[in-house]
Amino acid sequence: MVTVVLLAALLALMLLLDNLPGVPSMLLTVLRKGAIYALVAVSMNLLNGFTGLFSLGQAGFMLLGAYTYAVLTIPVGSQASIYQQYKGGGVGFSITESLTGAMGGFGTLLGVVICLILAGIVAGLFAYLIGLPVLRLKSDYLAIATLGFAEILRALIQYTKLGPITNGSNLLYGFTSFSDFHLGALKLSTVMPFLFSGLCIAVVVLLINSTYGRAFKAIRDDEVAAEAMGINLARHKRMSFVISSFFAGISGALLAMYQASVQAVTFKAAMTYEILLIVVIGGIGSITGSVVASFLFVGCSEWWLRFLDNETTLKNFNAKLIFAIVFGLIVLGLAVVILRRDCKKGLPPLRRITAPGGGKRVRVNWSAIASIVLAVALLGWDVWFVISPNLKLPLLRSGFRMVVFSVVIMIMVLFFRRGLFGDSELDPAALWDSLRGRRTQSGRSAGGDRR
Amino acid sequence: MAAKILPYLLGGISVGGQYALIAIGYTMVYGILRLINFAHGDIFTVAGFLMVYAAATMPLYVSVPLVIVLTILLGVLVEKVAYRPLRTAPRMSVMISAIGMSYLLQNLMWYVTGGLAKQYPTLPWVSDKVTVAGYSTSRVTLITPILTVVLVVALVALIKKTKVGMAMRAASRDFETAQLMGIKLNSVISFTFVVGSGLAAVGSMLYFSNYATVTPTVGAMPGLKAFVAAVFGGIGSIPGAVIGGFIIGICESFIKGTGLTTFSDAFTFALLIVILAVKPTGLFGENLTEKV
Repeated sequence: MVTVVLLAALLALMLLLDNLPGVPSMLLTVLRKGAIYALVAVSMNLLNGFTGLFSLGQAGFMLLGAYTYAVLTIPVGSQASIYQQYKGGGVGFSITESLTGAMGGFGTLLGVVICLILAGIVAGLFAYLIGLPVLRLKSDYLAIATLGFAEILRALIQYTKLGPITNGSNLLYGFTSFSDFHLGALKLSTVMPFLFSGLCIAVVVLLINSTYGRAFKAIRDDEVAAEAMGINLARHKRMSFVISSFFAGISGALLAMYQASVQAVTFKAAMTYEILLIVVIGGIGSITGSVVASFLFVGCSEWWLRFLDNETTLKNFNAKLIFAIVFGLIVLGLAVVILRRDCKKGLPPLRRITAPGGGKRVRVNWSAIASIVLAVALLGWDVWFVISPNLKLPLLRSGFRMVVFSVVIMIMVLFFRRGLFGDSELDPAALWDSLRGRRTQSGRSAGGDRR
Repeated sequence: MAAKILPYLLGGISVGGQYALIAIGYTMVYGILRLINFAHGDIFTVAGFLMVYAAATMPLYVSVPLVIVLTILLGVLVEKVAYRPLRTAPRMSVMISAIGMSYLLQNLMWYVTGGLAKQYPTLPWVSDKVTVAGYSTSRVTLITPILTVVLVVALVALIKKTKVGMAMRAASRDFETAQLMGIKLNSVISFTFVVGSGLAAVGSMLYFSNYATVTPTVGAMPGLKAFVAAVFGGIGSIPGAVIGGFIIGICESFIKGTGLTTFSDAFTFALLIVILAVKPTGLFGENLTEKV
């Protein structure tokens, strides 16, 4: 109940953000894209985290969904100009357009819902066919095969013989997008992605908590034991794969709506990797983790780390001094933490030990020495930077954001392998209790069940 | 008829040799760590970029060995940073780490190069045009298969005859027992990455001599195909990887020749599925691991 109330409040908040003047447009971008990525991350988590099938085909199914949606909703009038490379291309009808003509605003919504479901069904159908051979494979072989099929799908969409439908490798645009949704004068372009994506995620949650979900988890934990319990392995794996792809297809369609254009080249393997990293950061096997992580991920990559992409020149010497001091303290702090950890482990940089022969010799911990050298070098640079007349911050230029971002991800992957939430969920009801002052539970729930 | 087939055959053998050189890196790492080194394709691309920068400032006889050495260092560094800390972790974690590393390397390359395609330097003699049976091609097409075979023979000798080769075979057979026999696992694994990255560097020189430009994401596809080649030949088997590489290269070249260029990539993955369904151990693979 609390959950439903919270979700309704969330939608109301989105409605407010959509229509209040002065809301940063970046915030809206992050919210919209984050909601869509949340859905695809959850769909991947259903497969990777709950069924234990390591699949890397998500971008391919998103591609199918996006194209299905786009092809079916491009207005008839603009089909000739969009498909100019392929004479007489396009399907010749537009579901949303016809329904809008017949029923007005409600028709648009109905048309979009129908097309979204069709997008999911197409993706699910392909998943069923692909799954027939592929699901017999295990772990990394399954990963490579699904990755391969995603690439095949991308090649297929760009195939010139299919051009009259898919427009080959050219852009599709002009279809119904989020900005087409209005309620009177109220804009709904952030509410809609939250609504669609929220509904789909709710379905996934219900599925995971059903007997099917328990069967999936049993397969993940131990296939042999699950089979012995009477779970039909092939059937449940196929089901999980198809359902996951169904929602990936819908999220692909939502992404198309968000971008207002689709092109097959953007659905690369790198996209799947990003989604996988979201799932890992959120915690494999945690729905709330995936949702929270996708907003964080999109926020970092689109907004908060933007400043790293701009060449920055500091205003005056004082600003430089402050920057240098902060930087120096961070380097020093990290160095001290690392060395202390090494010393606690009994591996100081230099240690006298008794050699087997009885003589004394010095044992060197090279990684500790390397961190000392690195820290000294960075501090030296820091001092040099203060002395030099240069006011321009180094390294900051186009592309640095993604480097920092991927370094952060690597640190997460290496040192915080459980992700934000591990495999447990953030429970809004418990959070609500703790906020009202029931401190007995707050330690567990407000901390996100970090364990 | 023969004149029509020859260009495709030559092209296929050339590309196949390059795939083979990359595939060895995959197959050796998989043989020991049971890990698909997703970053391998990116290491291959980094080698391409290093060559672009090195050839611009120094003569070829310095830049070629330098690029090979730097690529080897990168490969070893990747192993140390991303794979060694996860040695006891589940396989999925290591694979995710490999994917993260691939993502990092791609972004790093994008940052350093500004995302623009770089012109690959023309290597004298290697890029010269030669005429074979009335068909003009660059010399690299002919050198690739020869060089590949020479390197592979040397590698097989290394693995069969030397002590470190024996250690590698032992480690790929059984991790723990090998350790009990006094094999230093970490140095054996480092050595595997040395060999794999070195061959990837050579492969990248041959590959980019044919393709003229380098972009940060160009290595992903050859990387995946080389992995398929490794699976096709039987993972862990070096001659298998080489033959797999050649077969995939030649098939791809002929598919491109028939005008179905779009599906040349698709063919590779279809082949993977078929081989895993029909003969999961590959052509020369030993029936040791559980794959299907």
